[in-house]
Amino acid sequence: MDLTLFYFLILGFAVFMYVLLDGFDLGIGILYPWFDRAGEKDHLMRSISHVWDGNETWLVFGGVVLFAAFPAAYAGILSTFYLPIMLMLFALIFRGVAFEYRFKANTSKAYWDFAFSAGSAVAAFCQGLILGSIVQGVNASQIADASWYWLSPFAILTGFSVMAGYALLGASYLYMKSRGRIQSHAAHIAKRLLVIVMVAMLLISLWTVISSVDIRARWFSGLNFVYLSPLPIMSVGLALAAWRAFNKLDHEGRPFWMVAGIFLLGFAGLVVSLFPYLMPNQLTIWDAAAPDSSLEFLLVGIVIFIPLILAYTLWGYRVFAGKVEDYQEGY
Amino acid sequence: MELDTALLSRLQFAFTVSFHIIFPSITIGLATLIAIWEGLWLKTHNPRYLQLAKFWIKPFAITFGMGVVSGIVLSYEFGTNFSKFSDIVGPVLGPLMAYEVLTAFFLEAGFLGVMLFGWQRVGRKLHFFATVVVAIGTWISAFWIIVANSWMQTPQGYKIVDGQFHVASWFEVIFNPSMPYRFSHMLLASMITATFVVAGICAYYLLKKQHTEFAKKGLSMTMWIALILTPLQAYIGDLHGLNVQEHQPTKLAAMEGIWPEREKNVPLLLFAMPNMETESNDYQVGIPNLGSLILTHSIDGEVQGLKAVSPEDRPNVPLVFWSFRVMVGLGFGMLGLAVLALWLRKQGKLYNNRLFLGSLALFTPSGVIAVLAGWYVVEVGRQPWLVYNLVRTSDVVSPLPAERVLFTLIGFVIIYTLLLGVYLYFMRKLVKKGPPSMANLEQQLIGMNAPGYALAWVKNLKEKEGDL
Ligand code: HDD
Ligand code: HEM
Ligand code: HEM
Repeated sequence: MDLTLFYFLILGFAVFMYVLLDGFDLGIGILYPWFDRAGEKDHLMRSISHVWDGNETWLVFGGVVLFAAFPAAYAGILSTFYLPIMLMLFALIFRGVAFEYRFKANTSKAYWDFAFSAGSAVAAFCQGLILGSIVQGVNASQIADASWYWLSPFAILTGFSVMAGYALLGASYLYMKSRGRIQSHAAHIAKRLLVIVMVAMLLISLWTVISSVDIRARWFSGLNFVYLSPLPIMSVGLALAAWRAFNKLDHEGRPFWMVAGIFLLGFAGLVVSLFPYLMPNQLTIWDAAAPDSSLEFLLVGIVIFIPLILAYTLWGYRVFAGKVEDYQEGY
Repeated sequence: MELDTALLSRLQFAFTVSFHIIFPSITIGLATLIAIWEGLWLKTHNPRYLQLAKFWIKPFAITFGMGVVSGIVLSYEFGTNFSKFSDIVGPVLGPLMAYEVLTAFFLEAGFLGVMLFGWQRVGRKLHFFATVVVAIGTWISAFWIIVANSWMQTPQGYKIVDGQFHVASWFEVIFNPSMPYRFSHMLLASMITATFVVAGICAYYLLKKQHTEFAKKGLSMTMWIALILTPLQAYIGDLHGLNVQEHQPTKLAAMEGIWPEREKNVPLLLFAMPNMETESNDYQVGIPNLGSLILTHSIDGEVQGLKAVSPEDRPNVPLVFWSFRVMVGLGFGMLGLAVLALWLRKQGKLYNNRLFLGSLALFTPSGVIAVLAGWYVVEVGRQPWLVYNLVRTSDVVSPLPAERVLFTLIGFVIIYTLLLGVYLYFMRKLVKKGPPSMANLEQQLIGMNAPGYALAWVKNLKEKEGDL
């Protein structure tokens, strides 16, 4: 297989793993203000404090795969979205340190709570903003210009949609990991978010199809729509199934995986729309690809280490399997 | 004054990377020490070791957290602020950094959860395993990033195709001439840094007459470690210097403050104010010919000076010169303390000589300062080149509007200053709180003899709930 395509898949895999994993822990940060009874915030924090670092590592991995395999795209995208990326990093700093300091704080606990939830929300919003601007096709020659080219109405819509999506993942995760009032509250919130997310996906799809000739052609020319129709149909099916599952307590883990499925389908739709561009109409994966000497060298590492990483990550999750317990655990 | 994007981007990178390295240089060594204590505890069943491990794991956790959040910034900053650089050297540096993530970051993160929170969920041996894996992860991470940096210092194994660096031989890229020295010097530096942090806190406890038995154990161990590592570090530093002389003669000239094009009887300068305008040193005090002896191992060996290259190809000489002296000075200071400790030990006064304990407490941050100074020698000494003799820093910055970089630079300065304050505040708090009491630990031990006892306890609880 063409190595460039392989790396495109790996990049997609990294981004998807990031969205799924950091999605739920950012989502818990976004939901934080809705859990305000005594002990609830502690519980939320405890449910993710052992995994957030690993989850965020997928962001680093996505970044370096882009750097290694598509250096021109790494350079172009990161410098074009300078401010939103820096804002996202600032936000991630605050929420990241909140994990450690919050449990050791007495008087400053409220500040760390704020840092955690605001940081999570801003980081998610910035990611959505960047995604939206890429889909819309910001022009890379605009770097030197001081305008706010990445702040379009469409990008703001995707920003809020990503926030809602992460919150939905977070709520489904809580539904799986907690009991009692937190669990039922999570289900209650999750059902509303499910509606919001489905509407947002619809809006975004319509908007792109209407505004971009290329994307419209990709979806509707010839019989394409017939081949591609499973994507939207299955999303709706999964959403309905997740709705039902939130009402019954017998399969507490199931909604999380259904929501993950919706994300996967949405992501596939995005790839269908953009392929083979990394920056629409400017940079294809072949323009940006690193030479074979680099791609082959890294290939060895990817083939060996990705399965290993998945294995021990899974093991890590299993060590902490089951419901979150509200006693002081750990070091 | 006209704002200069290149200058601001460089300042921002220097500031953020300097902030970052503070934390890895502590965690790499501390993870290793914690693994050693935990291993000793498993072997000897002496709970004192467990107490050491359990106490230091908390400072470790917050330091690690700071390292993670500040590191993520760096991995994106190449692209945001040095886009042209990322594009042309991406094929070389990208895969190296990708290997760092694949072989180190995931490993650290994957086992950190168990190391920090898994005490009650896995057996002792498995927990020890997790700690060891985290420590090894930090070394591997240091390896790859140092490979990347060393390649920028002493590049080889590349070919330039259409202005982009392609790799001709990965072996040559990885095993570039300065890598072995830089890697061993840096690993030792981290071990030394952590050693002096631990020793400093133990000395503080002894001065305050708190937790004395705990502090004695820690102090005794760390002083043995320092006695081995500090001379080794000076030796490797010397080899490192010879390597610099061979591959980056201009940097070496800046480190030693040597101006003439070629100099035969190089003095070892103890004090001088290198003056870049007059191209000479003011107020120079030195030991004649000792420089030649150290650098060439012959009394009148010849060394190339700064004037051998044109002024725009020289780094900032005073900064390199003084950073180098700070590092070496602190290195010998630590060596002196380690030797003094041996002497006091023989006299049976190791734990109650207040002058010694006070100096040790003062030396708590000495490792961090030496590490920063060392990196300034390396990085500022490389300027004006990013990739030595090949890529000029000023040619490869992103063409961003200067105000935008100024804005983020100010943001970083504010946020990082705040965070450093918070970090020190919580470190102080942990030190004040002191180690867990032995009684407490013994109680936990009873439970921990049954692996996964908390899990069993939870299951028990669930069953009871079912009964209701
Ligand atoms: C000699 C050691 C060393 C040096 C020179 C650097 N780092 Fe570092 N870095 C580490 C040693 C380390 C570490 C010990 O592996 C850390 C510290 C704490 C931690 O979590 O891992 C880390 C964390 C860390 C992380 C977070 C990893 C995670 O998510 O777990 C990133 C992305 C980077 N670093 C990136 C960089 C970059 C781009 C650097 C250069 C410009 C750099 N580091 C210099
Ligand atoms: C962690 C310890 C490090 C410290 C304290 C450090 C410090 C510095 C400093 C002070 C500068 C600015 C030099 C100047 O402009 O005069 C700089 C520049 C730079 N360093 Fe490092 N560095 C470190 C590690 C690294 C590593 C591991 C890499 C690469 C893999 C790296 C890549 C760079 C780059 C790309 C610049 C460009 C900006 C510039 O030249 O100003 N550094 N660093
Ligand atoms: C005592 C004698 C020492 C000598 C002779 C020495 C020498 C050197 C030399 C020649 C360099 C390389 C400069 C370059 O590559 O451009 C260096 C770098 C460095 N030094 Fe030292 N050093 C000493 C002690 C220390 C100590 C005690 C520490 C920290 C605890 C330290 C930390 C560093 C670091 C972090 C670097 C940058 C990374 C590297 O190149 O390894 N050094 N040192």
